[in-house]
Amino acid sequence: MNLKLKIWRQKDADSAGKMVDYEISDVSPDMSFLEMLDVLNEDLIAKGDDPVEFDHDCREGICGACSLQINGEPHGPDRGVTTCQLHMRKFKDGDTIYIEPFRAKAFPVVKDLIVDRSSFDRIQQAGGYISVNTSGNTIDANAIPVNKHDADKAFDAATCIGCGACVAACKNASAMLFTSAKVSQFALLPQGQVEATDRVMNMVRQMDLEGFGNCTNTGACEIECPKGISLENIARMNREYLAASLKG
Amino acid sequence: MSGLLNTSIARKIAMALSGLFLIIFLTQHFVINFTSVVSPENFNEISHFMGTNALVQFLLQPVLIFGVVFHFVMGFALELKNRQARNAKYAMYKGSANASWVSRNMIISGMVVLAFLGLHFYDFWVPEMVYKYIEFNPEDPARYFPELVHKFESPVRTGIYVVSFALLALHLWHGFQSAFQTMGVNNKYTPAIKTLGKTFAVVIPFGFVFIALFHHFNQF
Repeated sequence: MNLKLKIWRQKDADSAGKMVDYEISDVSPDMSFLEMLDVLNEDLIAKGDDPVEFDHDCREGICGACSLQINGEPHGPDRGVTTCQLHMRKFKDGDTIYIEPFRAKAFPVVKDLIVDRSSFDRIQQAGGYISVNTSGNTIDANAIPVNKHDADKAFDAATCIGCGACVAACKNASAMLFTSAKVSQFALLPQGQVEATDRVMNMVRQMDLEGFGNCTNTGACEIECPKGISLENIARMNREYLAASLKG
Repeated sequence: MSGLLNTSIARKIAMALSGLFLIIFLTQHFVINFTSVVSPENFNEISHFMGTNALVQFLLQPVLIFGVVFHFVMGFALELKNRQARNAKYAMYKGSANASWVSRNMIISGMVVLAFLGLHFYDFWVPEMVYKYIEFNPEDPARYFPELVHKFESPVRTGIYVVSFALLALHLWHGFQSAFQTMGVNNKYTPAIKTLGKTFAVVIPFGFVFIALFHHFNQF
């Protein structure tokens, strides 16, 4: 199929960017979206133009590297998939496809479609860990009984790959779904109780410092999340925050 | 208690609490107003009590005004911060693909309700304050019902009331259940809370619309 592409091009973080039109022909419906961009880049390189820069790594939906706002939605029109898992069969011959970087003050554009998502790393560093004695007296994690329901919920939260689709989809560029998943995966487990109070306070403080917006419960993040992270996590984070605030 | 209003979640919780407070106020306001349809005498009696009781006038009324002002000021402050969080706009943004119009436009429905409140204060609250505390008129327990009916003579004013309450319905459609989510309630009761919120969002605002239309058309 033949497609028209409108792609955000930006030389570097300090330069102004703009949407640039491209045409690509003979696209196979079996290609992944990233493979389609690979083909476009080969054409651009052959013509002596700069290829379109975009993030990618595992190309099987588990690393969270690929991003892209495609036709106004993070990771494109499909549900429960990352951009690398999106196939061209989801588009029609003659379609015009808008391809933009994830937009947020806390996700500055590095080049073209690549954004700096290290703000997520700093939120993790602020409290997304547990203290475990690893010097000679390590306790096997499986020796600590965990309620099956809680274990499942913690695992669900831990499947967040930190891709940033929640921020990209949210009209407020809020990172509360990501932060709440990282709070929840520990809050639900006995190992996470030691730092529970500090964790939520520090991670929320860091989230605010990074310049993310406030959650207004539109639910867009949950719909667009490739891993199906639930809004339940945001409610849990709010409870954790309330409890931590009352403890002082 | 640390973190009072200095983080995003604290501000959101304050927003939710003030919203829930206003929902409670709206319920009692509707119940009192509805008596004007059933029994003008009862409406006069209750209004006289509310208008002259010291607890209502000098404690509940200031608390209510604070709640209203707080909800609007915080709403605008959060909206401003949220707009700053996305400093570059998308060339294409499909908000309707993943979120309802009402949830994405609380600021619009909120601003219409705020404009309505300005009119409402001009219509009822300001004359009431002038009547009682500036002109020091003698209290007339039977004045409330005729005053209410008189306000709904104008079709323009009645129309503004109807449109404003339709926007309030949209605001509550999202706001009611959103307040519970913000307060950390997302469990097996959530579907029931959502149903209750949507029912409330229809019954109360359109109940007010019914009262306005009832008094408007009853005058002819």
